[in-house]
Amino acid sequence: MIRFETVSKLFGATRAVDRVSFTLAEGTLTTLLGPSGCGKTTTLRLIAGLELPTEGRIEIEGRDVTALPAAERRVAMVFQSYALFPHMSVRENVAYGLIVGGMAKRAALARAEEMLDTLGLAGLGDRQPSALSGGQQQRVAVARALVLRPRVLLFDEPLSNLDARLRRRVREDIRDLQRRLGLTVVYVTHDQAEALAVSDIVVVMREGRIAQMGSPRELYDAPADPFVADFMGEANVIEAEVAAGPDGVARLVIGNHALEAPLTRQAAGRMRLAVRPEAIRLTPPDGTAGLPGTVRRAVFVGGHMEYEVDTPAGLLFATAPSSEPAVAAGTLVSLAFSRAIPLG
Amino acid sequence: MTSVRLDWAAAFAAAIALFPLPWYAGRAEALLPLLPDRPWLWPGLACLVAAAATALAAPRAGRGLVALAAAALVLLLLQGIAIGLPTTTWPIAEALFGAGVRQPAFGPGAAAALAAATMLIALGFARARAFNADATVALIAVAGGVSLALFVFLPILRVLVDVFVEAGRFSLAVAFDRLAAPEAWGLACLAGGVRCGVVWNTLLLAALTGVLSTLLGLAFALLETRGGLAHTGVFRALAVLPLITPPFVVSLALIVLFGRTGIVTALLWELFDIPRTRWIYGLPGVLLAQLLSQTPIAFLLLSAALRAIAPSLEESAATMGARPARVFATVTLPLLRPALANAALLGFVESLGDFGNPLVLGGEFDVLATRIFFAIAGARHEPGRAAALAILLLGLTLGAFWLQERWVGRRQYVTVAGKGDAGIPAPLPAGLRRLVSALAWPWAAFTAIVYAIILFGAFVHDIGRFDLTFTWRHFIEGFAIERSAFGLHFRGAAWDSLFTTLEVAAISAPITAFVGILLAWLFARTSFRGKGTLEFVTLLTFAIPGTVVGVAYVTAFNVPPLEITGTGLILILCFVFRNMPVGVRGGLAALAQIDRSLDEASATMGADAATTLRRVVLPLLRPAIVAALAYAFVQAMTAVSAVIFLVSARHNMATVYIVGRVEAGEISLAIAYSSVLIVLMLLVILIIDRVVGAARLGRRAAAPLVRVGA
Repeated sequence: MIRFETVSKLFGATRAVDRVSFTLAEGTLTTLLGPSGCGKTTTLRLIAGLELPTEGRIEIEGRDVTALPAAERRVAMVFQSYALFPHMSVRENVAYGLIVGGMAKRAALARAEEMLDTLGLAGLGDRQPSALSGGQQQRVAVARALVLRPRVLLFDEPLSNLDARLRRRVREDIRDLQRRLGLTVVYVTHDQAEALAVSDIVVVMREGRIAQMGSPRELYDAPADPFVADFMGEANVIEAEVAAGPDGVARLVIGNHALEAPLTRQAAGRMRLAVRPEAIRLTPPDGTAGLPGTVRRAVFVGGHMEYEVDTPAGLLFATAPSSEPAVAAGTLVSLAFSRAIPLG
Repeated sequence: MTSVRLDWAAAFAAAIALFPLPWYAGRAEALLPLLPDRPWLWPGLACLVAAAATALAAPRAGRGLVALAAAALVLLLLQGIAIGLPTTTWPIAEALFGAGVRQPAFGPGAAAALAAATMLIALGFARARAFNADATVALIAVAGGVSLALFVFLPILRVLVDVFVEAGRFSLAVAFDRLAAPEAWGLACLAGGVRCGVVWNTLLLAALTGVLSTLLGLAFALLETRGGLAHTGVFRALAVLPLITPPFVVSLALIVLFGRTGIVTALLWELFDIPRTRWIYGLPGVLLAQLLSQTPIAFLLLSAALRAIAPSLEESAATMGARPARVFATVTLPLLRPALANAALLGFVESLGDFGNPLVLGGEFDVLATRIFFAIAGARHEPGRAAALAILLLGLTLGAFWLQERWVGRRQYVTVAGKGDAGIPAPLPAGLRRLVSALAWPWAAFTAIVYAIILFGAFVHDIGRFDLTFTWRHFIEGFAIERSAFGLHFRGAAWDSLFTTLEVAAISAPITAFVGILLAWLFARTSFRGKGTLEFVTLLTFAIPGTVVGVAYVTAFNVPPLEITGTGLILILCFVFRNMPVGVRGGLAALAQIDRSLDEASATMGADAATTLRRVVLPLLRPAIVAALAYAFVQAMTAVSAVIFLVSARHNMATVYIVGRVEAGEISLAIAYSSVLIVLMLLVILIIDRVVGAARLGRRAAAPLVRVGA
């Protein structure tokens, strides 16, 4: 369990982390998600002990570690660059923490070898890290962290140095490992798809604070504000007058147009709504319901079509499976929302 | 873990300071029996004992420990400074402890006490969670700060104070007279008088050296990078030579060529009846010598800058229709401007500090460095005047250094990104190419001749008089070894100084490299309050001219509490503190290439700072360590300006001995000895390179080195 109590970290006058509090349960995988400069990496480094907080209190497994330096925390970390020591072999890299911790060299190297086997790196122990592929280097970094049997394992953007094909696999490997060993993992990323795919809990950060924290589903379906809505996948934010209707289907009035749409929760009055691009359907205009619009741009990106549609509510972004017939730019359309998310 | 070791180490040092070790230099008595008569020692020692006890008994005390230990350090130093010789004891000390209170200089015991206090301060900081709560970091920072204060700032402060002191009295008027003396600032030469002030001489020489060496260096750099030449290796080879040449050796060759009886002079007399003159002794000779040393450094700087200009910039100008001359004038040259300014300022600063060449070739043309030397070593010993001149020189140098850092240092254009940038540098416009060839080739030939003279001069009877009969005479005179009943007997006149030099270089080089690299690590990888200041000050010591250091050391360490003049120790300390900044710079540059996450990974795996340093950082810094070692060694073997003040009959250094031979007119022996030094240095660099790691000398040489007054 990791607990932050109103933790702040100041660099000069900048508050990189600003009065953050949270509790992360044992055996879960939590991602810290946010744009660059939001404080997610600093938060991770605060857990690791690579930064000491300016104020507040940090507990790991019930122990107050606020002032404890990294070396004394038993928290392992996999760095974005992997940080493999270039002057040591793969095996020596993995044994490093054991040897530094006082284990006899021979025993440490043997344990390192076992760990390399477990992670499917058998036979690579004598190589130099630079002789491995990116994916292998990453697994060595993980082996090096796991061999110390840490209470907490931290990942700083672990996929950013891998090519796109490898990312999905490594992501699943990390998730499997975490489940199998029951590890408490904290994972930093700026990629929302990655966060949604691996996490039990996602913490969205913004300007040093927690914008919202919850399960991937909660954050996607019920973002607390436009920032989270936009960050958790794309979202169109629309001003509308909302009147509750039967069966959770509400009546939205946008300008002098009215349409019906299911809401993710009960709400009424004038408010902002987030509408996901995949929740917007383009149909030929029939003159009755729906929001009228003109397709400004239609782009084929493989799996789906992307549309930009000029509407009285502004320029909206919509997607449609490419199995459906494409709509050409310049076409007049009518928009229907299959789901809308009330914000605030 | 480290903090536990540090408290016992400090307690041990404090204990040996109190009990077995002799407190004073040159005395046998331990401290305790002396204590009852010496109440001025009580407060400092009481603080030290209290601090040591606190460290052992109260592991949570942080700030309190710092205060106690710092008090101990300051009180012990203060009593040492305040009570010493009759001339140095402060009146207030006499008033407190009775007239005639005296004590000798610090000895091993006092040194141990000061070390203990330093360790306890560091420990206190670490316990108070400063310095990343790491005792190793705290120790490096505190020990670095304390030793810089003792061996750089106190001596300089002493010189500054000396400016104000005349016959034991403090006077502003005296200081003003000295600093504004006509000797320094006089403009008589403009009004038809004989000589101008020495400050003007110095500035004129420095400006000429800076500008001309930059132009010559630029010619070589352009020819190398854009001249379309196949074999430019010869430039690089010639460029490395001055780095391993004692600075005044070039002057010897110039005397051999252009002296009154020199080879060229004689030829001109016989062939064209051009009368023999002493023109080489004075501004022209010194300038020529400095250009020979400085041009290669300008070349290395500018060549690196030229390579750093992405060819795509020039190519894009060419695709927009610019002809070669226009590309050069509108793209290449403007991008080169910061490097040009940098090279010129470097030449300027180097010339300011140069002592060896003006000493050998200056004649009537005095510069600050030589004038300072003669004010101390001349017939009239005038420390006050020397101090004032030293302060003027220091002011000029720091001014130029400040200008360089401020104006140029931050304006280097980085035009090569990490990405591969294919393309071919634009060729030189034809006219320019002819011009730089006309400059560079004759100068290269001249340089080659100068070094050939040094090489051949050692093996012929008297190269000065063009007597070219082969002989070993000079080597025998200097380096004869005889077999006697008692084994080998080093009879040659040069052996003593050579052994001292090798010993001092061998001891000081590893210390210099080690301390420099440690400080670099401290500056690059840790954060603490006051780090910026410490770093700035460390790099600033770099700019202090050797002559100024010499004066400062000889005045500050000639009297208690630190009386080390005439020992080998003062030479070692001098080299360590003069050359360490280069190690720091090299270390900083190397650390910038090593990702910080390696250190952090080590920390998250449970390694404390000392372990990380030993197992991760130092192994990765091997090339930088080799470079620092080689540099420190070479400097210790070639430096003359600072050491000429510090040598003694027992501890004479090779360079000073050679200067002595020159003054006695024994040029051939001086040249023979110099060539031995050059060969030795090459050997040692090769050995260091082999043993410590595979680093290339070329890369080190390419790094901008600011070295003042070697």
